Amino acid sequence: MSKVVYEKSRGLTDVPMFYCPGCTHGIIHKLVAETLVELDVLEKTIAIAPVGCSVLAYEYFNCDCIQASHGRAPAVASGLKRTNPDKIVFTYQGDGDLAAIGTSEIVHSAHRGDNVTVIFVNNAIYGMTGGQMAPTTLTDMKTSTSPFGRGTASSGIPIKVSEMLSQLPSVAYIERVSTHDVAHVRAAKKAIKKAFTYQMEGRGFTMVELLSSCNIGYGVSPVESLSFIKDAMIPYYPLGIYKDVS
Amino acid sequence: MSKKVLMKGNEAMCLAAIMAGCKAYFGYPITPQNEIPEYMSQHMEESGGVFIQAESEIAAINMVYGAAAGGVRAMTSSSSPGIALKQEGISYLVGSDLPCVIVSVSRGGPGLGGILPSQADYFQSTRGGGNGDYYIPVYAPSSVQESVDLTIKSFEIADKYRTPVMVLVDGLLGQMMEPVEIKDYKPTLIEKPWATNGDSGRRKRNIVNSLSLNAEGLEETNLRRFEKYKEILKTEEMVENHVKDGDEMAIVAYGTPSRIVLNAIDILAEQGIKAGLIRPVTLWPFPYSTFANLPSSVKNILVCELSMGQMIEDVRQGVQGKHPIHFYGRTGGVIFSPEEIAKKAAEVAKGGA
Repeated sequence: MSKVVYEKSRGLTDVPMFYCPGCTHGIIHKLVAETLVELDVLEKTIAIAPVGCSVLAYEYFNCDCIQASHGRAPAVASGLKRTNPDKIVFTYQGDGDLAAIGTSEIVHSAHRGDNVTVIFVNNAIYGMTGGQMAPTTLTDMKTSTSPFGRGTASSGIPIKVSEMLSQLPSVAYIERVSTHDVAHVRAAKKAIKKAFTYQMEGRGFTMVELLSSCNIGYGVSPVESLSFIKDAMIPYYPLGIYKDVS
Repeated sequence: MSKKVLMKGNEAMCLAAIMAGCKAYFGYPITPQNEIPEYMSQHMEESGGVFIQAESEIAAINMVYGAAAGGVRAMTSSSSPGIALKQEGISYLVGSDLPCVIVSVSRGGPGLGGILPSQADYFQSTRGGGNGDYYIPVYAPSSVQESVDLTIKSFEIADKYRTPVMVLVDGLLGQMMEPVEIKDYKPTLIEKPWATNGDSGRRKRNIVNSLSLNAEGLEETNLRRFEKYKEILKTEEMVENHVKDGDEMAIVAYGTPSRIVLNAIDILAEQGIKAGLIRPVTLWPFPYSTFANLPSSVKNILVCELSMGQMIEDVRQGVQGKHPIHFYGRTGGVIFSPEEIAKKAAEVAKGGA
């Protein structure tokens, strides 16, 4: 008699994902989907994904989904959650979306203490549009719009979103985690679960920043892109809890 | 039972929205519409709704997007530069077939312009500034009473056709007080089985989305939306046409300026010049057919707008070259007087303008 020891979460649909091979979006989708199932809230959840690699997330999360305009997902989440306070609402945003075009919306959703969860996927680059520089792109890192390396004199020093948002008094929980190895993926799942649990408890704004990779955008192999998280990103973007009201 | 109250246009539209079952209002301060967020901050909660003062007009329209996606009647309001900021959101609302009401209290432009009444946002309202193939119904009331009636109607039309609807008033109407009859009204809320309200345990999961990477698929969606527009064009056009057989002139105006034109028409009558007002109430759909079927006595058409002339393009399209068209407008927040219009009309009648 064989026993099922692992199966795909029913929090995900049965369609092939269009994410590039080697990308960690798939892992993060899985973690979120498993969490929603484990917390038994999948059927009362609405996912909001704005523009970026995850724009097609509505195809993958097996719950109600809204596709939003670039950067505006937190505002959409505010309007939705306030009118459906008993439901679970999360946004799934990349670093170009959240840390560039959507800074106003993310800051003010956090500032209002909206009782929503933000899954912030930071891979330090614009993936979907072909690897351009993001506000999170590391100093001296080469991208298609910083071909000589990101110069801090003209582009500034990379923005640290978790550190910044954790300064806002209404925020309930912010943690930065990584996806570069199994141990960190497991820790990431715990953080995601905590964020959604806080939302269920009505504690207010929660965000998990997941350091993620874009091997295509970096122009390296998937394995090298995971090393990049470990060796280049984590030293600049330290992992840990930045705010926790508990 | 109905009651008569004295109300400012901006506040009356809020009262109407709440009567119509609006459960979510999101706005940002901008003159001359500030009474709207102020009124809503005071009254939304007591009527079982929510109010957020957004961080920007962009955020406000996206909050509307979220609330509308969740299935509730939602509204935002702004004035000219703020409506410009909402255009991206309006395009997304259209692209996702979401109903909502946008109140636009327009002021002089371009740029920051001024804060006094203007009709320079006719193009902005009827042509939009958002991307893509789309229209939205636009109602242009001319009195506080009509602002109430058309705001209520806008919520019904929005739900019926799953489209954003705009109520366009100039700053004059937003700011002035008039007696309004508030009739008993109970909104008929229709089922929204498409709403993403987190109820996928009881039905198939819903998706609100305007993305379509497949060209044929996107074309098909647009064609379907234009079938809906055909129906709107056929059934939702509203116009007040006072032009009678024997009138030698039709004067066209919408919103509060149409009331100034009525005074001008009285002055003209004293001078023996017979003129009648045509007042489009819906700017989209525009009442083109009214202009195609004017009495043969009409020799001239005079279009009066508080702008450099924008609606005149729709009038031209309706008239199809059958009558000469003239224009009189003031801009930047200057309001024309009945005498100015009568003078212009008299010149036109004499063949001099």
